[in-house]
Amino acid sequence: MSATASPSLFGALFVRDLRLALRRRTEALLPIGFFVVAVALFPLGVGPEPQTLRQIAPGVIWVCALLAAMLSVSQLYSSDHADGTLEQLLMTGGSTTLIAAARAAAHWTLTGLPLVVAAPLFGLLFDLSATALRVLALTLLLGTPVLSLLGSLGAALTLGLRSASVLVILIVLPLSIPVLIFGSGAVAAVDAGQAAGPHLSLLGALLIVTALGVPPATAAALRISTE
Amino acid sequence: MTRAVLSAVPTSRPSVESTFTFSEPHLAARGLACRRGTQLLFEKVDLALRPGELVWLRGRNGRGKTSLLRLVAGISTPEAGEVLLDGTPIAASDERSRRVVYLGHQHALKDDLTSAEALEFLLRIHGRPSDRASVLAALEHWGMLAHANAWVRRLSQGQRRRVALARLVGETHASLWLLDEPFDALDTDGVQRLNALLLQHLQRGGSVLLTGHQATLAPALPARELDLDDCAAA
Amino acid sequence: MSGQRLRFFTFAAPSRFYSLSGSLLPWLWAAAALLAAVGLYIGFFVAPTDAQQGESYRIIFIHVPAAWMSMIVYLAMAAWAAIGWIFNARMASMLARALAPSGMVFTLIALATGSFWGKPAWGTWWVWDARLTSELILLFLYVGYIALVEAIDDVRRADHAGALLAIVGAVNVPVIYFSVRWWNTLHQGATITMSAAPKMQSTMLVAMLLLTFAFWAYAFAVVFVRARAIVLEREHDAEWVRGLALATRKST
Repeated sequence: MSATASPSLFGALFVRDLRLALRRRTEALLPIGFFVVAVALFPLGVGPEPQTLRQIAPGVIWVCALLAAMLSVSQLYSSDHADGTLEQLLMTGGSTTLIAAARAAAHWTLTGLPLVVAAPLFGLLFDLSATALRVLALTLLLGTPVLSLLGSLGAALTLGLRSASVLVILIVLPLSIPVLIFGSGAVAAVDAGQAAGPHLSLLGALLIVTALGVPPATAAALRISTE
Repeated sequence: MTRAVLSAVPTSRPSVESTFTFSEPHLAARGLACRRGTQLLFEKVDLALRPGELVWLRGRNGRGKTSLLRLVAGISTPEAGEVLLDGTPIAASDERSRRVVYLGHQHALKDDLTSAEALEFLLRIHGRPSDRASVLAALEHWGMLAHANAWVRRLSQGQRRRVALARLVGETHASLWLLDEPFDALDTDGVQRLNALLLQHLQRGGSVLLTGHQATLAPALPARELDLDDCAAA
Repeated sequence: MSGQRLRFFTFAAPSRFYSLSGSLLPWLWAAAALLAAVGLYIGFFVAPTDAQQGESYRIIFIHVPAAWMSMIVYLAMAAWAAIGWIFNARMASMLARALAPSGMVFTLIALATGSFWGKPAWGTWWVWDARLTSELILLFLYVGYIALVEAIDDVRRADHAGALLAIVGAVNVPVIYFSVRWWNTLHQGATITMSAAPKMQSTMLVAMLLLTFAFWAYAFAVVFVRARAIVLEREHDAEWVRGLALATRKST
């Protein structure tokens, strides 16, 4: 009996999260549902003129993706905290950073990845060109993991608090602004006939920095919240 | 500030034969203090768990029994004092997962998993054998084999407790068991099984620190008491 | 707390801070008032009229110091909170908490005065220029910090969680600023900025510096007052606080 090997802990947690989500399929799809409704609201609010819609499309889709990702993130740790699983996870002696990374990865797989697939479909509603749609998917692919990571940090900080869901959004949104800017900026650039390269590189850099820096911070936040 | 006193073997229990070796403590805690909010729950608590020992943590509600257990497990950081597992601070110890089994008051069983899946997850993350055979054997020991594929959500509190306690079945070496209200919700049969497990564990040199009610601990178990009512901070 | 290992931490005891800040307060208020009076006089009456913007530019004498302070206070808050977290120093955490509302107020002042400046120059009450937008995001960071620490009941947890959030925010500030500038140039082409400040004549510079120091002194004073209140609240069980309360009661 040795202390749990790291990949094993990550794997066990990741698989368990996916399994749990599959058992609650409707709940897992709620963020996507929210995304769909929110995106559809904009043409209704702004008017159906194709020119306007094409212009606001990157921003609208990105903002809605951002909000959809934030919706489900506050519950990331609350269930494990309530039933004592979090304590057990902390007892395993495995790296808390790895636990944080596993949860963020599971959240992205369940919320971010579907968005990457669904969002370009909605780009069609806004009459975005094929290249723009491709870039949109790419920016979401690079950006949604960052959102999941930042969200998991917020969830760990607000663990067990009454108004956690709103608080997480308040805390995390300012931090996600760079992702929003580069993400929607890339699509807007392509729409205007410019290269999206710089934006995508910046997004990539953000992803790397976040992936390396946020899980340890989330681990620290978990320790703070469970003491 | 009063000191904690580890009472000698209570006179209401039969005197202990030297089947149990009293050697170096597996786990030693010194000067523990715990804070809840801005108040100190207790302070200057000393504790030692030696192989073959069972310490029964008593005290009224709110005295900090669960808090002390969490401190000893290394999940929370004490306000003062330290907890040493074989000489190393427990929170930094590599041996913790291998040597210590902590069962909290909540079961850590997810509602949407089957009991077999839930147990398997807990065994796996703690590096214990988690293959199907071991899981089923553990469940069978507690008479829960028939419910192996039932959703945890459908089980009663007592049944969930049995599944949670099934983790103890596969323990084959002298580890430290930290159990928070393990007898809670168990029927007479469950109580008997748990007592048997505890006795077995103590006989192979393991140690136990638990909270619980007096009536349920088997008379044959040599228990030392630690009463937190005596340690309350002024 | 472990003994006086480091002289540096001598004033880390809340009681020491309380007495020290108490004796400094009158001087700080006086300095703030004096510097503000002189600075405002020079800024509003002595400094020459700007060729392009006329009299309305004078609001920058308040806007710029306020903006600087809002940034400095955020960094100070993050630093003190970090010290409080890493070294488990209660006083440092209390200082961080005391700094937050002041920082937020400075940010609001910067935003409001920025607005007043923009109106005559651009005709609108708000302009999405890089610096104002960054200032707005800084406001959100302050609000997030305050919301988090107020939502957590356990004082220790609140302090440490706030510290982590403040540090993450502080690290993010350059990234946010850079991205907002990028966004600004991207979408507007010709930059609409507030950086069209008049060339600084020496009198203007003097006024700006005086008012910056005035803001500093004011910030110290206000933060000390708030920190003293927090100290009394948190240490209410301590001997010295009870002694203080008794003395106050006897004297009234």
